[in-house]
Amino acid sequence: MISGRAHKYGDNINTDEIIPARFLNTSEPGELARHVLQDLDKNFVDKMKPHDIIVAGKNFGCGSSREHAPLAIKSAKVGAVIAENFARIFYRNAINIGLPILESPPAVAGIRSGDKIKINLATGEIFNLTKKEKYQSVPWPEFMRNIIRAGGLLTYLRKKEKK
Amino acid sequence: MMKKNRRPQTITEKIIQRHCGQQAAFPGNFVEVNVDVVLANDITAPLAIQEFRKNFGARRVFDPRKVVLVMDHFTPNKDIRSAEQVKLVREFARQQKIVHYYEGGSCGIEHALLPELGIVGPGQLIIGADSHTCTYGALGAFASGVGSTDVAAIYATGKIWLKVPATIKIIYSGELNDYVGGKDLILYTIKQLGVDGARYQALEFSGRVIEQLSMDGRFTMANMAIEAGAKNGIVEPDEITAAYIRNRFFDRPTYLSSDQDAEYVRQIEIDCSKIKPQVARPFLPENSFDVDRLPKIKIDQVVIGSCTNGRIEDLRQAAEIFRHHPVHSDVRTIIIPATPGIYRQALAEGLLKVFLRAGAIISPPTCGPCLGGHMGILAAGERCVATTNRNFVGRMGHVKSEVYLANPYVAAASAVAGYIVEPKTVKKWKKKF
Repeated sequence: MISGRAHKYGDNINTDEIIPARFLNTSEPGELARHVLQDLDKNFVDKMKPHDIIVAGKNFGCGSSREHAPLAIKSAKVGAVIAENFARIFYRNAINIGLPILESPPAVAGIRSGDKIKINLATGEIFNLTKKEKYQSVPWPEFMRNIIRAGGLLTYLRKKEKK
Repeated sequence: MMKKNRRPQTITEKIIQRHCGQQAAFPGNFVEVNVDVVLANDITAPLAIQEFRKNFGARRVFDPRKVVLVMDHFTPNKDIRSAEQVKLVREFARQQKIVHYYEGGSCGIEHALLPELGIVGPGQLIIGADSHTCTYGALGAFASGVGSTDVAAIYATGKIWLKVPATIKIIYSGELNDYVGGKDLILYTIKQLGVDGARYQALEFSGRVIEQLSMDGRFTMANMAIEAGAKNGIVEPDEITAAYIRNRFFDRPTYLSSDQDAEYVRQIEIDCSKIKPQVARPFLPENSFDVDRLPKIKIDQVVIGSCTNGRIEDLRQAAEIFRHHPVHSDVRTIIIPATPGIYRQALAEGLLKVFLRAGAIISPPTCGPCLGGHMGILAAGERCVATTNRNFVGRMGHVKSEVYLANPYVAAASAVAGYIVEPKTVKKWKKKF
């Protein structure tokens, strides 16, 4: 179970807003975390608490392939990202590094900034404790479920090789 | 041969099919494919190398001839940290005996460099930790961008998992107007589709206009497929492709095309005679307008370069304007030949002389300002016309700066005028040179 407050943003949040390129001269996770969402909401890092949840519209993570984007979000201890849908490369990267992401248009429609949210990753259920609502997320394909269960792509591959 | 029950395939599906053995390469299927070329750069390679070492220790990469490392984003290294990043990659390349490692004087912008050096070609399956890897689709290859962990997995196994994309076919008919090229076609297309209109899908560029379009124009179009969210952009290879790869491409090319009865998720016909030079206003590439519909927008900087429009044809187009007209005194104009080869060609053709006389700055090959790295960063309130690919918030510098995307003619003409203008307007002005 993941629980935290929601921070809600709009459509097409791109990777330059998630982690601007001027901070890409390093891949040190702690350093990236300090600048997460800086060009979208410069107060985000100060106001967020561990396990808080980013909620956004469609095409979250569009733009560059920088894995530093999901890495910055994960390293900042964001609990999960809920969006109507995700840009393709961001989706892959998040699954590969073990950042929980959920596609759920009803959750995005229902959740407001500041709502208290609880997520059951096993069932894909999202609970809005503030509004007393429940939303379902789009299930991951079986193939990706295996990667998520292993905790990321490379641990999944290592386990597969051992067999 | 049993051909009767064979299900027709698009070129994208056929290339994936040839790289996934017995699995069926049809839209929606997950397949594991063999990778012909895997690319990473000075931003994405360090993370891939760290992950590879963390998980696989001192293991050798699957094939040191198929791993390409191009240190292009912050080259020449802009600060200590970027130099450290490149050092890490350089040491990895030496240790792993990587054949294709590029930095310093051999380095160019990856998506212009790899085709130029013949590292990529028709029929290949190319994966890169850079979103504009889709550029190589212009050669009739399947090419798609991923992140660093996917690349680390390829280093270890030579394979990657893909979901086979459905294809949107775009048919470009009619005739191109003056000062209209690949950049305008793709900006116009992204406007029709929206920045997520081709999410998870392939974009197949076809029709009479594409058949006559130069290789450089095709590279520009495939390059920006990602700006509509696409997994890959692709052009069926033809005589223009064959002429381009002759005496370059290392491997034997495989020329594939879509079956006549292949299934498309969508087909869109675009009448090119309606397309005028396009300018995409901030802050999304889908915000494009006919240049003559814009108000008088004053600018502070022009950038002509990038993996989108830094090739020789682009420099020739810019030179066509600068040959007779100087840069406006309020506009910093930065011209970035995308590779050392293009730089040499521009020198041989006298284009660099034209640029210098006009008052432009010539930069070494680098991604530099396109991603707000270095070599032309914007202050708050500044506006830039760029031949690059993204005009997101803060893309080229301060969050309150603005980037307008355009073709090289429009960028050069705007550099002369000091505001965004049609090339044909500037062409009518009295010649200074």
